Amino acid sequence: MSRKPRQGKDPFVRHRSLLILTTVLTTGALTLTACGSRDDKGGDGDKGGKTKVVIGVDSPTSGDLSALGLGIRNSADLAAKTANKNNTVPGVEFVTQPLDDQGQPNVGQQNAAKFISDKDVIGVVGPLNSSVSQSMQKPLNDAKLTQISPANTGTELTQGDGWKTGDKKRQFATFFRTATTDQVQGAFAAKYLKETAKIDQVYLIDDQKTYGAGLAASFKDQFTKLGGKVVGTDHVNPDDRDFNAVVTKVKSSGAKAVYYGGEYPAAGPLSQQLKDSGNKIPLMGGDGIYSADFLKLNKKAEGDLATSVGKPVESLDSAKKFIADYKSAGYKEAYEAYGGGTYDAAWSIVEAVKIAVADNGGKVPSDLRTKVLGAMSKVKFDGVTGPVSYDEFGDTTNTMMTAYQVEGGAWKPKFSEAYKPQS
Amino acid sequence: MHELPQQLANGLILGAMYGLIAIGYTMVYGIVQLINFAHGEIFMVGGFGALTVYLILPAGFSLGAAIPLMILGGIVVSVAVATAAERFAYRPLRSAPRLAPLITAIGLSIVLQQLVWQFYPDAKKDHPFPQFKGEAISLFGANIQPGGIFLLIAAPVSMIILGFFVNKTRTGRGMQATAQDPDTAKLMGINTDRIIVTAFAIGAAFAAVAAVGYGLHNGQVGFRMGFILGLKAFTAAVLGGIGNIYGAMLGGLVLGVAEALATGYMADVPGMELFGGGSWKDVWAFALLIIVLLVRPQGLLGERVADRA
Repeated sequence: MSRKPRQGKDPFVRHRSLLILTTVLTTGALTLTACGSRDDKGGDGDKGGKTKVVIGVDSPTSGDLSALGLGIRNSADLAAKTANKNNTVPGVEFVTQPLDDQGQPNVGQQNAAKFISDKDVIGVVGPLNSSVSQSMQKPLNDAKLTQISPANTGTELTQGDGWKTGDKKRQFATFFRTATTDQVQGAFAAKYLKETAKIDQVYLIDDQKTYGAGLAASFKDQFTKLGGKVVGTDHVNPDDRDFNAVVTKVKSSGAKAVYYGGEYPAAGPLSQQLKDSGNKIPLMGGDGIYSADFLKLNKKAEGDLATSVGKPVESLDSAKKFIADYKSAGYKEAYEAYGGGTYDAAWSIVEAVKIAVADNGGKVPSDLRTKVLGAMSKVKFDGVTGPVSYDEFGDTTNTMMTAYQVEGGAWKPKFSEAYKPQS
Repeated sequence: MHELPQQLANGLILGAMYGLIAIGYTMVYGIVQLINFAHGEIFMVGGFGALTVYLILPAGFSLGAAIPLMILGGIVVSVAVATAAERFAYRPLRSAPRLAPLITAIGLSIVLQQLVWQFYPDAKKDHPFPQFKGEAISLFGANIQPGGIFLLIAAPVSMIILGFFVNKTRTGRGMQATAQDPDTAKLMGINTDRIIVTAFAIGAAFAAVAAVGYGLHNGQVGFRMGFILGLKAFTAAVLGGIGNIYGAMLGGLVLGVAEALATGYMADVPGMELFGGGSWKDVWAFALLIIVLLVRPQGLLGERVADRA
C-alpha cells in the first residue's frame, strides 16, 4: 500500500512552514545539548593514575578580535602540553578548557560561571579585554578561583579607581596579570612620542571602552607633563568604519600625530583614512593595534607606531624555545601579541600547582583551588617574556615595554625599556 | 570652518551609501508594509559576493575592469538571498499578524550573520577588500577618495535607472498599483506575488551596489557591517518618508551630512563642548529624525500611504 508521494500539493505546502520551523528548532536544540554535554562529563578525574587538573582559558576566539584570542587559546594549550610532557608536576595531568567570550562582558561572565561550576578547574587564563575582565573578576573571586590575564592593561582592575590619585587598593585577591598596566603603557607611549620621535602636537582619539579610554587618559597625563600639547580630542564608536569626519578635524588641528586608544578593527581604517585625507602623520596606539591584522586592514600603515608589553618575543633567548615549540605543535593561527604573556600566565598556574602539591607532601590537595591561590604570591620563574612574579596588587613585576613601528609592511621593534612612570 | 567642503563631501559619501541601502527598506515597505530588518544583512552578503568574485579572478586583473563583475557578483548573491528570504520566510507569513514577519526578519538577520561568520573563509574578523590605488582627487576644496567617487556616481545613476523603471515600465507601474491597493491590483490582472519578489530583488540589487561602495571606500567588509548600517538606512528611509524612493535617497543624504557636520562642528557650538565628536553623531542623527517626524510625521517627501487597517 504505497501512498503516492505529493498526491495533491496542498498537504505538502501546508506543512512546509511547520517543517522548516521544526528543523530550525531541532537544530538549535541539538546545538545546545551538544554544548551542554561536552562540559559535564566530570567523571574521568584520574587518567592513568594522574589527577586531571583543568586550566580554564577565556578569550575571544570569534569576532573582530579573534586573531589575538586564538593566539591566547593556543599558547595556553601549549603551556599545558609542555607541563605534561616534562612531567613538571608529577601525578598531575594538565588540560585546558578554552571558552569563547566574543569580546562581550556578559559572555565572559557566563564563562566564569561555567569554570566555577567545574570543580576540576583550578585556574583561569584570560580574558583579552579589560571590560570582559570586569565582569569575571567578582564571581571568580567569590569562588576563590585564580585568574591570570595575559592582556588586561586597565590599571583599575588591580589598583582600583583611586590609582590616579595615588590611593591604590587591591580589588580582587584572585586577579593577577602578566601584562603591564595602561598607566605604564600610555605613559611609555607619551614618552616615546615626545622624546624619541620629537612630536609635540598630538590629536587624541579613543573608542570609549575600558581599555581605550584608560590608555588615552594615561597618555594625555604623561604627554602634557612632558610638555607636549594635545591639540584635540575625539571619541569614536568601536563599530564604526568610516572616520572621515573625524580625520578632517584632525587635519585642520595641525596635529603631528594621532594617538588612538582602542583596537585594530577600528584603528586600521582610521589610520588609512587619516592618510587618505592627505595628512601624512602617523597613528600610534597600544598593544590593541599591535597585530598583523592591523596591517591587513590598513593599506597605508607605514610609519604607524604601537607599544606592547614585554620585549619583542622574537628577541628574547627565553622565547626562542616558545616560538620553536609553538611552531612544532602545528597551531594554525599565529601566537600574536599575547602569546608569550599567555604562556607565562598558564605556566604560573602550573607553578602554583607544583608548589601546592609539594607543600602537601607530593599529593594533590583536595582543596586545590584555594591552595593554588595561596601559592600565587610564591610563584617566581623565568618565563617567555622575562622573569615572572606578581606584586602586592597582582600586577606583574616586569614593566618592560617596547615601541614598534611599521616598516616595510611589518612591525619592527624600535625601543625597549623597563618603564617606571614618574608620579 | 575652512574644512566645510571636506565635511560636506564626507557626509554626502556616507549619505549616498545610506540612501542606496534605504531604497530596499522603502520599496519593500511601500508594497507589503514590512520592515525588512534583514535588509542590512542582504547588504552584507552582497559585499561578500563582490569580494568572492574579486578573489576568484586571476591575479593581475585590474580593479577597474573587475568592478563591473564584482557589482554583478554582489547583485547576484544579494538578490538570490533576498528572493529566497521572501519566498521561504516572508510569503508563508503574509496573512499572519504584522508582528510575525517583523520578528522573522530579525531572526533571519541573525541567521545570515552567523552563516557568513561560520562558512565564509576568513570572515570571523573584518576581511580586507580591494581598493583603488589612485590618490585622492581634489574637488571644490575637498579630498575625495576613489571609493567615495564610486558612491557619488553610483547613487545618482542608480536613482535615474530606478525612476525610469518605476515610472515607464509595465512592471514598474504594476508596482505602483500594488503599493496603492494590492487587492484591486490583483483584480486588474497584476501578478502581485511577482511584483513583491521584484521589489525585494531591486532593493537587494541596490544594497549590493552600496556594499561594493562600502568595501571600496573603507577597504574591508565584515559579517557585522550590515547591522548598524541597516539601522541607519532604515532611519534614512523614515526620514525621507518611507514608501517613497526619492525620499529614501534624500533621507540618506540628509542623515549622512548631519552626521558629518555633527562630528565636525557640534563641539564648536558654545555650551556643547561635551556633546560633539564621533561618539555623539548618532545621537544627533536620531535627534534630527525625531524633530523631522514631529514637524512632518510623513517624512521629508512623505508618501501618502494608503490606509489599509
